[in-house]
Amino acid sequence: MVDQPVKIEVRDLHLFYRQHEALKGISFTIFPNEIFGIIGPAQSGKTSLLRAINRTLEFTPGTRYSGSITVDGQEVGKVRNVYELRRKIGMVAPLPVGLPMTIYDNVAFAPRMGGMRQKGEIDATVEQCLRQAALWDEVKDRLHTLGTNLSGGQQQRLTIARALSHQPEILCLDEFSIAIDPVSTMRIEEVLKTLRQQMTIILVTNLVQQARRLADRTMFLFEGKIIEVDRSEVIFSNKPAQQKTYDYVNGIFG
Amino acid sequence: MTSSRRHLEPLKEWLIERFIWLCGVSAIFFVFAIFVFVFREGAEYFFNGFKAGEFFSSIEWYPTSRTHVRYGALALITGTFSVSFLSMFIAVPFGLGAAVFISEFCPPRLKEGLKIVIELLAAIPSVVWGFIGLTIMNSLIVQLFNAPLGLNMLNGAIILALMSVPIIVSIGEDALKAVPDSYREAALALGCTRWQMVFRVLLPAARNGLLAAVLLGIGRAVGETMAVLMATGHSIRIPRGVLEPVRTLTATIAAELGEAPVHSEHYQVLFIIGILLFTITFVINITADLIVRGIGKK
Amino acid sequence: MFEATDQTRRKQRQEKAIQYLLTAMTTIIVLPLLLIIFYLLYKAAPILSLEFLFENPIHGMRAGGIWAPLLGTIYLVLISLLIATPVGIFAAIYLNEYSRESWMTRVINLAVVNLAGVPSIVHALFGLGAFVLFAGIGRSILAASLTLAIMTLPVIIASTKESLAAVPHSFREACWNVGATRWQTIRHVVLPNSISGILTGVILQVSRAAGETAPVMFTGAVFFKAIQTGDPFAYGLLDQCMALSMHLFTISTQVPDVPEALTYGTAVVLLGVVLLFNALAIFLRVKLRGKKKW
Repeated sequence: MVDQPVKIEVRDLHLFYRQHEALKGISFTIFPNEIFGIIGPAQSGKTSLLRAINRTLEFTPGTRYSGSITVDGQEVGKVRNVYELRRKIGMVAPLPVGLPMTIYDNVAFAPRMGGMRQKGEIDATVEQCLRQAALWDEVKDRLHTLGTNLSGGQQQRLTIARALSHQPEILCLDEFSIAIDPVSTMRIEEVLKTLRQQMTIILVTNLVQQARRLADRTMFLFEGKIIEVDRSEVIFSNKPAQQKTYDYVNGIFG
Repeated sequence: MTSSRRHLEPLKEWLIERFIWLCGVSAIFFVFAIFVFVFREGAEYFFNGFKAGEFFSSIEWYPTSRTHVRYGALALITGTFSVSFLSMFIAVPFGLGAAVFISEFCPPRLKEGLKIVIELLAAIPSVVWGFIGLTIMNSLIVQLFNAPLGLNMLNGAIILALMSVPIIVSIGEDALKAVPDSYREAALALGCTRWQMVFRVLLPAARNGLLAAVLLGIGRAVGETMAVLMATGHSIRIPRGVLEPVRTLTATIAAELGEAPVHSEHYQVLFIIGILLFTITFVINITADLIVRGIGKK
Repeated sequence: MFEATDQTRRKQRQEKAIQYLLTAMTTIIVLPLLLIIFYLLYKAAPILSLEFLFENPIHGMRAGGIWAPLLGTIYLVLISLLIATPVGIFAAIYLNEYSRESWMTRVINLAVVNLAGVPSIVHALFGLGAFVLFAGIGRSILAASLTLAIMTLPVIIASTKESLAAVPHSFREACWNVGATRWQTIRHVVLPNSISGILTGVILQVSRAAGETAPVMFTGAVFFKAIQTGDPFAYGLLDQCMALSMHLFTISTQVPDVPEALTYGTAVVLLGVVLLFNALAIFLRVKLRGKKKW
């Protein structure tokens, strides 16, 4: 395993919200083009972990961390251009968000910030991202209506389209399905299966079955500590390495 | 974006942030500047020759006397505080009463309209209030009280009260709104009438905010210039009754600054009065802020 | 068992009485506004006309119109607006978007409150000492406008801050997540969706600046100045000017034998301008509340 390329590496990460230690010295690796699942009950530190990786954690006052987080070998805290780092990483939050502008502008936002000017180019990007997010057919006739008027499931797919618009190499999804209907969830899961060929996907979820369906490898995070991380077949089998994993996966607690 | 522009991104952002920060702290800079420049104009006399004792204890204010110049401001200080406190005497009960009414007893549709009226009341310029004091209030007082002169402490106090009421109402209403509904519900469940609930539960709970509202009302009254200049008359002495004319600190500056030669003693003393006023309102504002913060600690 | 007892009846009467008292108190506060407006209009009626607005004061200001003061006020208001608005908006952006909970932020907020609470005559002294004398601008529209700008800054800051805070935080996060910088987020998403609040602040600033007397009295406004009627460019930046607020003060206290209608007319115009702007701000606020994009 030593010479396999590594996309993200976390070493001995301690993360603090003011005095409270949310992550207590965790270490793990994520490989390119895999779907990496992170499961665990609420307040395990899963969201903080994602936000530390794309460095939006620093927008919350009182947060700090020690340890190392590297993306493509570069320490995230020391990159020259943090905005480029964030563009490399796509992020989908738990609650669907449509920016207060047209659907078209929602998806065109990141490319325009990046300097794209040609209308033809923008049109093409918008269509491609909406198609990839399985939203194109539903909105192609109303691209110039407000993005905030879409349903929850549609807004989540819009968020994915927004995330795809800046061509990320990593896509992070933070409990993307908790506020949307099962049909939309299914459609997005199909999307993720197609996207894994182009990028690395981190899937944080409290739906154990979802991780079982999608993830190649899964990490079980509990109260800030890694209980177990392994191939999904192992985690969701009858004999994972840790009893706690078995208990959680089978609903005995959590 | 070309790669060279990409490198500049963090730098551009940092520069913009610096500029915004500068605008953010500008308020501090301006308050500081006000103090510095006002003090500067009066500093020379303040350190050489200003007799603080006479200033605060003597009622003999004769800055333009040819033979014996005296700067006793006691009558002016009394003027300021007598008008302000009399106005508060009127404004506080009415203001708090209206705040309670709007917050607790008022039907919702009327509420919006009332708040708009209060807002408009607050917008009336002080010179227009002064004009009202000069004309309407003047004749009203002369008729109602058979007073020889309608420009006096009472006139100024009523005008100031009308000017300060909107602040007391709006901040007071905010303070009452901040009290959680659970307090109200608990009191009513115990059998209180609405009035008892207000008097025994809400007012004490909103105590800090209401106190701050009153303080800010006082600040407004003490600092008011044009309205009192036009409504209180021109007599510089300690008033013996509310129907007597008085002169406030603010009105004195406004009335005499135009005549005092620049950088003369008189001119500098007027600036020193300015510093006194600045200090008074500064202290009031800080106190009100501290009192309001007291809520945050609960 | 649930019949009204004597005590209950007494409580109910008390309750009613208090309610009447509070209603009365509120009415007493509200009534003056209406009475004043009507009385002023009544007294000013003889003189209110278009000529009144567009003619200059004549005969030592005992007759004629209010063109020169009106134009002066417009100049003062516009220039102070141009100065105060950008500074105020950016200060509010700092306070709402960038600043963290710290003693520094608290001091800034205190400073803004203090700035709003400084007596207007002290602002006049400041303007005199800082702009007229120290900066050497002399008594001029520029000095007076600068003084007014600093005085009305808190109005813009408060209004802008409120409307910025009303924009949901999730929008900002969504922008940061796609790599937009803080400023890009503010410029393209937060600010455009705060326009109504900013506009309200600007309108309130204008109304405040138009009504102030003391700060302009010693920094640039004068007793009398002869200018060409009908010429909107009659004043220069470094000229002194007449101002509507000061004009009201002058003709009601400094000039003898001014016809009543003239003074009431000036008061009506000034009050009218100010109330109109405030009503506009209130109208905007109510109207735009329903037009939000989220």
